[in-house]
Amino acid sequence: MRVKALETILTRKGLIDPAALNEIIDTYQNKIGPQNGAKVVARAWSDPGFRAALLQDATAAVSDLGYFGRQGEHMVVVENTPSLHNMIVCTLCSCYPWPLLGIPPAWYKSDAYRARVVREPRKVLADFGVTLPQDTAVRVWDSTAEVRYLVIPMRPAGTEGLDIEALAALVTRDSMIGTALVQCPSQAPK
Amino acid sequence: MTRVHDMGGRFGDGPVIPDPAEGPVFTADWHARALAVTLACGALGQWNIDISRHARERLSPLDYTGFSYYEIWISALADLLVERGVLTRADLSDQGTKTGQGDDTVHPLAARMLKAEAVAAVLAQGGPANRDSDTAPKFSAGQAVRCRHPAESGLVDGGHTRLPVYAAGARGYIHRLHGTHVLPDSNAHDLGEAPEPLYAVRFAASELWAHPEHRDDQVILDLWQSYLEPL
Repeated sequence: MRVKALETILTRKGLIDPAALNEIIDTYQNKIGPQNGAKVVARAWSDPGFRAALLQDATAAVSDLGYFGRQGEHMVVVENTPSLHNMIVCTLCSCYPWPLLGIPPAWYKSDAYRARVVREPRKVLADFGVTLPQDTAVRVWDSTAEVRYLVIPMRPAGTEGLDIEALAALVTRDSMIGTALVQCPSQAPK
Repeated sequence: MTRVHDMGGRFGDGPVIPDPAEGPVFTADWHARALAVTLACGALGQWNIDISRHARERLSPLDYTGFSYYEIWISALADLLVERGVLTRADLSDQGTKTGQGDDTVHPLAARMLKAEAVAAVLAQGGPANRDSDTAPKFSAGQAVRCRHPAESGLVDGGHTRLPVYAAGARGYIHRLHGTHVLPDSNAHDLGEAPEPLYAVRFAASELWAHPEHRDDQVILDLWQSYLEPL
């Protein structure tokens, strides 16, 4: 395998430390992932002051929660409403908000998603089993710079009594990219 | 014209196949190693993020299309390591990597090696792209603008740019100013960071596509001031 060969030669020359590679992998495998973004969304649903701060200056608001760093240096958070559904893509490569969502899933990096979602977002949503009301507009954000985007999905009805932790458990990775809606527990598919 | 990575709006791709939300972060161990080796090599400081993106984009279209995601990363990384003088072609040959033969003297860049104990701090620090700039914003929110046409880099023939071809020549509206950011078209070619205003620009889907799905749909792109002209 070519990557193993590269790792070997770089290690032998003292240019990379295999222990550092393990640390990087552990970080994105076990420490940083969509659970971070889910906490941000649940908090925004529960705390109007935080929601306003997040929409105003997301970089500062999520940094205060401890979410910052590589591929999340400049954050913008956008909110779904009954009239507007947001979706995130990077048509040119695979830009994605790592501190909040971790490493992107394969579908996000696929040619099919990158090529199609800007032109036919509703057909792409159909691939995810999502149908929007006919009067909802779709706004697709193509991440062409170092700004990273996160979607606040709509809070489902029937979740009024839930605390932040219970709400965060409902928020999926795909709902924060815009390819899924958040389901109330009683409606969630089994 | 454009390069192979610039695929927004392209026809002919099949369905998007969703991954299970609870699936593994890395579907193969070598994917994880590829990502980690790439990040660790970046820490040697011999290139910037725009140079590394351009290295992936200028793989031949046949390779880019045929390679998997992390094959693209590793192939571009090997090119960069040689081009920037970190390794030689001989280092990357079968003999260099498999037999353990070759030059084992301490590499001049070894002092820059990313150590395990520094990983958390380096990842937390990231690489912000905002910079002070002498270039004042020319546009304000709501203003109509037109994108450069053709989409090609204005600085380097066949060079790196972040203006997708699907937006070339299109009319949009300034949605918001992000501040002043490093210009990839310059930074990818060792021509300096050349920071300038960066905007989110909103386009009607009907401006970009002959057959938009819905009259109210929009696409927003982040575009630098030099990509735009007033309307």
